[in-house]
Amino acid sequence: MSARRPTLAVWKFASCDGCQLTLLGCEDELLTLADTIRIAHFPEASSVRVEGPWDLSLVEGSVTTPEDAERIREIRRASKHLVTIGACATAGGIQALRNFADVEAFTRQVYARPDWIATLATSDPIAAHVPVDFELRGCPIDKGQLLEVINAFVYGRRPQIPASSVCEECKRAGHVCVMVAHGTPCLGPVTQGGCGALCPGCHRGCYGCFGPKETPNAPALSAWLSRLGMGRDELVRVYRTFNANADTFREESLRHERDTDH
Amino acid sequence: MSETRTIEVDYLARVEGEGALYVRTEGDRVEEVKLRIFESPRFFEAFLRGRDFREAPDITARICGICPVAYQMGAAQAMEQICGVHMDAELEDLRRLIYCGEWIESHALHVFMLHLPDFLGYPDAITMAKDHPELVRKALRLKKIGNALMRLVGGREVHPVNLRVGGFYRTPTVDELAGIREDLVWGLDAAAEAAEFLAGLEFPDFEMDYEFVALVHPDEYPIIHGRIGSSSGIDVPVSDYDRIFTETHVVHSNALHSHLTESGRPAFMGPMARFALNRERLTPKAAALADRSGLGTVCRNPFKSILVRTVEIAFAFEEALRLLDAYRPIARPAVEASPRAGTGFGATEAPRGVCYHRYTLDEAGIIRDAKIVPPTSVNQPTIEADLHSLVQSHLDLPDDQLRHRCEQAIRNYDPCISCATHFLDLTVERG
Repeated sequence: MSARRPTLAVWKFASCDGCQLTLLGCEDELLTLADTIRIAHFPEASSVRVEGPWDLSLVEGSVTTPEDAERIREIRRASKHLVTIGACATAGGIQALRNFADVEAFTRQVYARPDWIATLATSDPIAAHVPVDFELRGCPIDKGQLLEVINAFVYGRRPQIPASSVCEECKRAGHVCVMVAHGTPCLGPVTQGGCGALCPGCHRGCYGCFGPKETPNAPALSAWLSRLGMGRDELVRVYRTFNANADTFREESLRHERDTDH
Repeated sequence: MSETRTIEVDYLARVEGEGALYVRTEGDRVEEVKLRIFESPRFFEAFLRGRDFREAPDITARICGICPVAYQMGAAQAMEQICGVHMDAELEDLRRLIYCGEWIESHALHVFMLHLPDFLGYPDAITMAKDHPELVRKALRLKKIGNALMRLVGGREVHPVNLRVGGFYRTPTVDELAGIREDLVWGLDAAAEAAEFLAGLEFPDFEMDYEFVALVHPDEYPIIHGRIGSSSGIDVPVSDYDRIFTETHVVHSNALHSHLTESGRPAFMGPMARFALNRERLTPKAAALADRSGLGTVCRNPFKSILVRTVEIAFAFEEALRLLDAYRPIARPAVEASPRAGTGFGATEAPRGVCYHRYTLDEAGIIRDAKIVPPTSVNQPTIEADLHSLVQSHLDLPDDQLRHRCEQAIRNYDPCISCATHFLDLTVERG
């Protein structure tokens, strides 16, 4: 008889489903994966629900409602390891733009009866509510990195996910630097790699889907972006997308927002 | 005295996003049916205000990881209309090609991994693979080819990076595209084979008198262009969308409901609507497959949507092959757009139906107003009407069977709740 297969649970909070879809997008690996681990809770793919505790919980999405905040605590209690997948769960996602605005005004703009909508003032990363064992970056996450993380936790080792920049991947891929050669604004120097430098490969600047790299120097990059002609509002916006609430990007956008000299 | 009975599903499985179902019956009457959408709101329309018009395709893509291209393209079209951009025909063809990829991956996911397990009695495709290994392997390969096509044109399958207002950042070379041709040929055959297998499934005897709404186009099966047409004779430009539909906020759903303004009726969007209104413009092999699948000229049984989706998979492969064979190097990857003030409209056929966009820009190209209506949002009242009718005619079934039938009826629509909330949990209460 084979040893007990570790159990996997996949959870959704506020998100677009793209990161959990990445697991179903492992078309070549999915059936093998399902032999190695037992998919115990994955409502988007299966109506089977195996009660916890679970060995590995993958969490997609950000915490945006009072119920979310309670639910993530229950999931954490029942999970041996908890890994966030993607920019929403790791940094709050695009919906964290509310953190810079008045969420009541947002609700009034979208819904006729704002009083029927229960929502928190901020969109929070999972780690703001419970301890997280590993945060996988990306909007969306990369399939290869997801498989690496699952493997690592199944076999009890740390995931090998580099925290270096898109620039390094870009050089290795042999792309021409879009900023140096064409003056195209690019967040590559401050953004963590993992996508494979997709944007420069398409002749556009990186727009930061994987969030800040380790030890980023955003002010130095901003100075270059200014020289390329970006004004204050553009500098605020360029850091304020899918990882707007990640520390470095948040601070840098706030710094430009406060800057009245522009 | 009549007995109250409730049937509930508090977290619907095999749909994209978070929803629930609540049904209450009193004696032999269905009193209440609610498709509850509790997915958290994310407020896209609010935070698009104040953004540059060129940012809209990347931001709106994040509404949905399954059909990002629908959002990117609707947003781009609206901006192009405002800026007076006339798109090059070859760029429009390349847009249609990547959209074929999105139809293939999204439909293959739904047909084989989310919907088919209901018909064959499995909880999921992975369990189904133990008894039907070849079927599931082929399904996964179909899906994979759709994703590969999106990656080839768009850079990646979830949230492609290569689409922009005016076209693309970089256009693929003829050689790059040629690499996928063999897979497309295989996919067309595999979809046809799958359709024959699926046509042999047992379908519940259930039909409704729907008001089908889809894009209609004189020359092509609609994907990225067309007027808004309906089975009752609506035929208007996309810019009239807000006039023909009225959106309302109901307490049990974080996704706004829609009704046709004039008749007050709910609308049906998606593959069955496209098929009903555009069947004669299917590509030849897909049209022949529709005949062999017994679909007739119109299909009103939502359980048979699985057949229509499969015909559309075949169509998307056939169309992608045509576009690929006609592909020549493109002189400019995008038409430059200069901002100007105004309001513009965009609508394309997302895998689940018409996805509508409206934006207003100021003279600097900053978004001042945004409205986005995903098809699942429109389909909510139609799904509730189906459930009402279905429960009413199956009150003799025990709760668990009735619950399962209800869940299946919801999955007929391939609802994308993440899209619609800006959207699912089943409760049946019997009285």
